[in-house]
Parts: sequence; C-alpha cells; structure tokens
Amino acid sequence: MTYAFYIASLVAIAATVRVITGTHAVHALLYFVVSLLAVATIFLILGAPFAAALEVIIYAGAIMVLFVFVMMMLNPGPRSVRREQQWLTPGIWVGPVILTAILMAELAWVLTRGGDTGSSMETVTPRAVGMTLFGPYLLGVEMASVLLLAGLVGAYHLAYHLGRRREREREGGKET
Amino acid sequence: MFEFIWLITAMPFAGFAILALAGSRLSRRGVSVIGAGSVGLSAVVSILTGVNYIFQSPPGGAYTQPLWNWLAVGGFAPVISLYLDALSVVMVVVVAVVSFFILLYSSEHMAREEGVRRFFAYMDLFVGSMLVLVLADNLLLLYLGWEGVGLCSYLLIGFWYEDDDNVRAANKAFIITRIGDTALAIGLLLLFVHLDTLNIQGILAAAAWQWTGGSNLAFWAALLILGGAVGKSAQLPLQTWLPDAMAGPTPVSALIHAATMVTAGVYLIARTHVLFTLAPLVQGLVAFIGAATLLLAAASALTQWDIKRVLAYSTISQIGYMFLALGLGAWSAAIFHFMTHAFFKALLFLGAGVIIAGLGDEHDLHKMGGLRRKLPVTFWTFLIGAASLAALPLVTAGFYSKDLILFTAWTSERGSFWLWAAGLAGAFLTGLYAFRMVFLAFFGEAKSAVAERPGRAIHVPLIVLAVLSLVSGFIQMPAAIAPVTVFSDFMSASLPPVKMVPVSWPLEIILLLAAALVPVAGVIFAWWFFLYRPGLTTAFVGRPAAASIHRFWFIGWGFDVLYNALFVRPFVWAARINRGDFVDLIYRGTAWFSAQLAASLSGTQSGMIRRYALGITLGTIFAVGLVLVL
Amino acid sequence: MNGIPPHSIPTEHGLIVAAVLFVLGVTGVLIRRDILFVLLSLEIMLNASGLAFIVAGARWLQPDGQIMFIFILAVAAAEVSVGLALILWMYSWNRTLDVDCASKMRG
Repeated sequence: MTYAFYIASLVAIAATVRVITGTHAVHALLYFVVSLLAVATIFLILGAPFAAALEVIIYAGAIMVLFVFVMMMLNPGPRSVRREQQWLTPGIWVGPVILTAILMAELAWVLTRGGDTGSSMETVTPRAVGMTLFGPYLLGVEMASVLLLAGLVGAYHLAYHLGRRREREREGGKET
Repeated sequence: MFEFIWLITAMPFAGFAILALAGSRLSRRGVSVIGAGSVGLSAVVSILTGVNYIFQSPPGGAYTQPLWNWLAVGGFAPVISLYLDALSVVMVVVVAVVSFFILLYSSEHMAREEGVRRFFAYMDLFVGSMLVLVLADNLLLLYLGWEGVGLCSYLLIGFWYEDDDNVRAANKAFIITRIGDTALAIGLLLLFVHLDTLNIQGILAAAAWQWTGGSNLAFWAALLILGGAVGKSAQLPLQTWLPDAMAGPTPVSALIHAATMVTAGVYLIARTHVLFTLAPLVQGLVAFIGAATLLLAAASALTQWDIKRVLAYSTISQIGYMFLALGLGAWSAAIFHFMTHAFFKALLFLGAGVIIAGLGDEHDLHKMGGLRRKLPVTFWTFLIGAASLAALPLVTAGFYSKDLILFTAWTSERGSFWLWAAGLAGAFLTGLYAFRMVFLAFFGEAKSAVAERPGRAIHVPLIVLAVLSLVSGFIQMPAAIAPVTVFSDFMSASLPPVKMVPVSWPLEIILLLAAALVPVAGVIFAWWFFLYRPGLTTAFVGRPAAASIHRFWFIGWGFDVLYNALFVRPFVWAARINRGDFVDLIYRGTAWFSAQLAASLSGTQSGMIRRYALGITLGTIFAVGLVLVL
Repeated sequence: MNGIPPHSIPTEHGLIVAAVLFVLGVTGVLIRRDILFVLLSLEIMLNASGLAFIVAGARWLQPDGQIMFIFILAVAAAEVSVGLALILWMYSWNRTLDVDCASKMRG
C-alpha cells in the first residue's frame, strides 16, 4: 500500500510540473486532470474514499470541464502556443524558482519538526463524514451554499452583460 | 527750577514726534521751525538750568529727577530718572546750544532737499537721545540714549539712501559701533551681576567699596566700557567708520560726527571714572589708545584731498587727545577739550558745508582756491576755527584746552615723556593740516566759481561758534599765565582733580612755550609748503618712498584693508558657502527623502498581477520564516 | 498505540507531497503570463491545500479533514466560475489574455 502512495505522489508531482511548463493550454488542463486523479488515488490510500470520490466528480469532472469549455471559447490555437513559447524563456524561471525553493525549504522544515508519526490507514467512512458535516459543521454547510449561490449569481450577471456588449459590438460592426 | 530738566530731553522728542506724524502737512519753513525750534527751546532751558546750577547749586552738588519706573523684574527695577551735576550741566549746555546752531544752519543749507522733513525729524530724535544719554542716571537709560544716537547716526549717514555708497557707509558705521556696543552691554551685565545696581552713582560707590584697586572684575568692567567708548568715539581699533561717515549731509557730520555723538565715549569714561581708577592697566590703555590714535589720524588728515575727510580724521585725532587726558586721570581737562572742540569742529564743518555747497558739491581741496574774497564771513570764521583747532597761542580756546592736556601729560602721576611727545607731535601735525586746509581753500587763485552765497541763517551760527571758539578758553588758564581755574573748580564736585607731580617754574614755562610755539611752527610749515612753494610739496611727495608713505597714510594706515581681509572676506565667503543653508538642508532633506520614498513605494503599485503575486510569495516566505524563528 | 503501526504512511511524507504541489502552484502563478494558466495554477494550490487537510484528517482518524476538503472544493468551484466569467470580460475588452495588460489599477 505504501508503494502505491509514493507512486501516486510522483505521478501527481510530475503531472503538475507538466502543467506549469506546458505551452499548449488544453494539454496543460489535461495534465492537471491527471494530477487530480493521482491525488484522488492518494485520498483512497489514506482512507478517505468520500473525498476521493468528490475530487474526481467535482474537481476533475465539473471545475476542469468548465475550464475546458472556456478555453475552447477563447479558441487559442497555434498562435497562442507560439506566444506561450515566447513568454516562457528559461531566464524567466530563475527568480521564481529561487523564491519557491526557499518557501519549500521552510515548509519542509516546519512540517517535519514534529515527531515521526504515521497514519493508520483506516478508512473514515462517508457516514462519519456526513454525520459530522450536518452536525457540528452545519453552519459551514449553509455558508457554502450561500457562497455557491453568490458565485452563481455573479457569473450569470457577468455573462448577461457580456452578451449585451457582444451584441452591441456586432451591430456596430454591421452598421459600418 | 531744576524740576524742568525733563523738558530738555522732552522737547526734541516732541519735535521728532510732530515731524514724524504730521510733518508732511507742514511747509518747509514749518518743518525747520519745529525742528530747530524744539532744540532751541531745549537749549534755552538748559542754559537757564546751567545758570541756576552755578548760582544756586543743589545740595550735594547733584540733582536727581526720577520720572517713572521703567520695569520691575525680579530684583531688577531700573527707573527712568535724570541726574544733573556739574558734568551733566556742561555736557547738556554744549550739546543743546551747538545742536541748535547747527539746526539753524540746516534750515538754510538743507532748505531745498527733498527729505528735509525726514532730516529734521532724525536730527531731533538724535538730539533727544544724546540728551538722554548725558542726563541719564543709570547705565541702562544711558545705553538707551547710546543706541538711539547710533540709530540716528545710521539713518542720517544714509540720508541720501538712493546712492549705494552712502548706504554702505551707514552700514559700516553701524556695524563697527555695534562691536563697541556689544562690549558695553556685556560690561553693563557684569556690573549689574556683581554690584546689583545700574545706577551710576550707586555703581561708583559700590565699586569703590567692594573692588580693590587692580581687581579682576574692575579690570574687565573698565575694559568692556572702554570697548564701547572706543567704538562710538572712533578710536583705535574701531576708527575706520568715521571717515566714510562723511557721506552724510554736512550738518550731520558737524553735529553727530564732530561735536556730540563721537564724544559720547569720552563722556562715558568720565562718568565711570571710578572704575578706571580701580583698573590702572585699563586706564593706561586709554592713554595709549589716545596717543596712538591722535598721531595716526593726524598723519592721515595731512594726506586727504576731500575737505570733509580732513575734518573727520581731525575729529578722530582730537578725540584721541581727550582719551589721552582721560588716561592721565585728567577728567576735567578732557571735558574742557570736548567743549572747545565741539565749538571749533562744528564751526569748521559748517564752513566746509558752505564751501561745498557754494562750489556746487565740490569736495576736493585742490579744486578750491581764492575763496577768501568770495566768501568773506566764511573765510574769517573758518580761519578762527582752524586757529582754534591748531591751538594757536593765547587767543584761541583750543590753545588753553590743548595746553592743559599737554601739561598734564608731563606732570601727571600717570604721565610720561612719550605721551607728552606724542601730544606735541600731534599738535605740530594739527597745525600743519589745519592750515593746509585754509591755504588750499581760501588762498591762491580761484579754480572754481562760487555759485551761491549763504544767507543769514548760515552766517549767524558761524559767527556765534567763532566767538565761542575764541572766548570759551578763558575760563581755564595755565598757571604760568594767570591762575584762572574756573572750569576745573566747577567740575571738581563730580570729577576729581588729576594727581600731579609738582614741577619747577622754569620747566613749566618751557612746557608752555613748547605748547605755544609748536603749532605756530606747523602753521609756518603749512604756509611754506602749501602756499609759498607748493611745487616743493608735489616734488617731495612724488619721490617713491614718500609716495608710498603718503599712500599708506591716505588709506588710514591700512586698517580698512586689514579688516577687510581679516573679517569681511572670510565672513562673506562663509555666507556664500552657506547659501544653501546647511541647517535648512536638514528640513528640506527630510521632505525630499519622504518624496523619494513615496515615489519608490508607488512603484510597487504597478497594477501588474504577477508583481502582486511576487509580493504575496515574499510575504509568505517571511511569515513562515517567522514561525520558524520564533 | 505505541510506535509506528506497520504499513502506515508517515504524515510528514504526505504533508511534504502537499507542500511540493503547493510550491509548484506558486511557481506557476509567478511565471505564467496567460491568465488562464494563472487561474490553473491557483487551482493547483487549492488542491494541494486540500490534500494537506486530508492527510491531517487521516492522521487523527477524524472526518474533519474531509469536511474541510469539501469546503475548499466549494470555494474552488465558486471562484472558478466567477473567475472565468471575469476572464471572458477581460478578453472582450483587451482582446488578449496577457495578464500584464490588465494593469489599469496602477498607483
């Protein structure tokens, strides 16, 4: 079981690296999906099946799909690939890599300061999650729903005005 | 009768107030009437007071009139009060009378000036301040008068202020006398701190009782007072301002820079004579300064071509005689010389003013000549004045006062041969330069035409002053001639007589003859070199050694050059360097730094998202680092 | 419980994996100039923090870790939807997805 964990972690990390170094937008998205699937596997190994299911269904299945749709709308094409290649010069990596290396070192040190503990890999059932969710965390659930509502309304509002603007542009273009 | 002495000072101030406030509404005639009249009334009151004093002297020889309390702070409560004793009487009468005649002269001489109202207002203010100075009971009030005359001197030297040279001369006078004034102020502080009072008689009594002869405090007090006197009276080393002060109108030169203000230093030392008696070193210094100055200035007077500058150096020289007398302990002799000097020097200046105005503002002696036929009254009065200046024997007042000083230089306990010799050499030079003026201006052939003749308002003062220059000496005669000691007896109540070493009769006669004949020799030399054989003079001065000495004496023995290099140039250089004002730089620098900081910080608001992300990352690193460290 | 149970994964390793993923996400945000990629990198970071919560929950055998993960998921969803709408707006205004062009809020 432990080997599965390490293999899945390596896959996730490698996929993420490909995401941030990729030039083609859709390829990057798909690599991210792979990373998400690997992380779901890790969840399963750690005994959180419900979280794994949610990760796949919502994160990889809904959010990333939304990303793909918008990306298709914006229609990148080969021009954007060339642009990305222009922008991603090797020199641009130096500064951020140094900074993030420092951050990584700090985080690593902070996180490994405690004693050596292990996780027992017993499953925490969805039932337990559900009972805690609608028990002590009920308020959080309601807040999350309000948040989602806000997101919904916001997105709808923005899209509506975007549509109107596009119409005006098209009419203006037609008149001339 | 003495209750009216406050009028003596109040009336010139009233004249000033009227002219300052309402003078623009008065006619020129009205202005001169108020200006001269107020001083004239003051002169009348002073003469009446003097007469009253002579015949009915107040108890103790002195009269004090407190007017009002000036201020009361802690233990310091000076009172505005006037003090009248023999010394005050002489000073007040001389100042008021001479001022009146000079203002009478000005009413015609300055009649066509644009700023005539300003002139009379300042002159009245000056006379009032001078009278306050002379009548003051305490040193603080004296200092008030001292500052007042300094101010009026500045205002009047720069009377024609549109000309930069006049303004510079006024600044120079004020700044140099300021050096002396500061010394005097420190001296006043010292006296107050140690003697707890500024009342003059109080100071003299306390000092005589508390400070033994030769004490340190007396030394410093006397030295500082000497500093003030040297500045105001234009003696070494602060004498450079007086020749340049001739930039003012001639009546100003006559009144302020000959007869009255420059003698304030002499008065001050005479008033505080007890302090000088307690500090013999300083008193010796006074005599030395007097002797050195009188020689230096007489030599310079010989080389000047501007008639007013000759008279200016002559004033410096004659005040040197007064300082010499003070240094010898001959207080009343100094005041006697002051009195005669006031008469004949004012007379000479007024006469010079007539010449200058008559020739259309011509100051150069070499361009004058043959004026004795064109300006007869001026000639005779000028001649009398020059004779008194040169101290021609027996007839002139100057002879009696100068002879008294020379005699005291030999016979006083503090006297010495060298001081006497210096005085005698000075007398020779005085005769020489005085009659050089007379011969160059009035004799010989006329080089310029006389534009206008003076009227009565000019002639009357000239004649009165000429008469005074002749007769005022007869009240104090040397014992060899006649035992007349009216003046010193009169002054003995306030000024102690000088301690003299007795001399034998033959020696006394020799000294008298020397004092009598040396000036005559000077006159004869002047006639020979400047009238009879002027070619000899030009040839003599043309020789290189003589020419450089002539040049050296002409520029006042180089003091101006020295002070310019020592003080003026470094100060101007420092001021120029500090034009950016390094103290101000601290404040401007703070503002500049804040602006720079704001500019650089506003660069962080670039609107670029990646920069913001960078900031967030850095912050995270820092925060996690804090967790690590703490 | 005494000692490390057999066949268990040390918590630190899990947290290290989460940290690595997070740092990779930070790098992506700092480097990329196309705004879609920036948003994607943000998603990487969110995912990584979710992983950290799950690891912690597994350590203590409590459901709270998964609950936090659910909340994070909700936040990510709302944020992505609004963010993408804004990206569409930005594209319609500037005709480019270059994030450096959206710098009108200059100081």
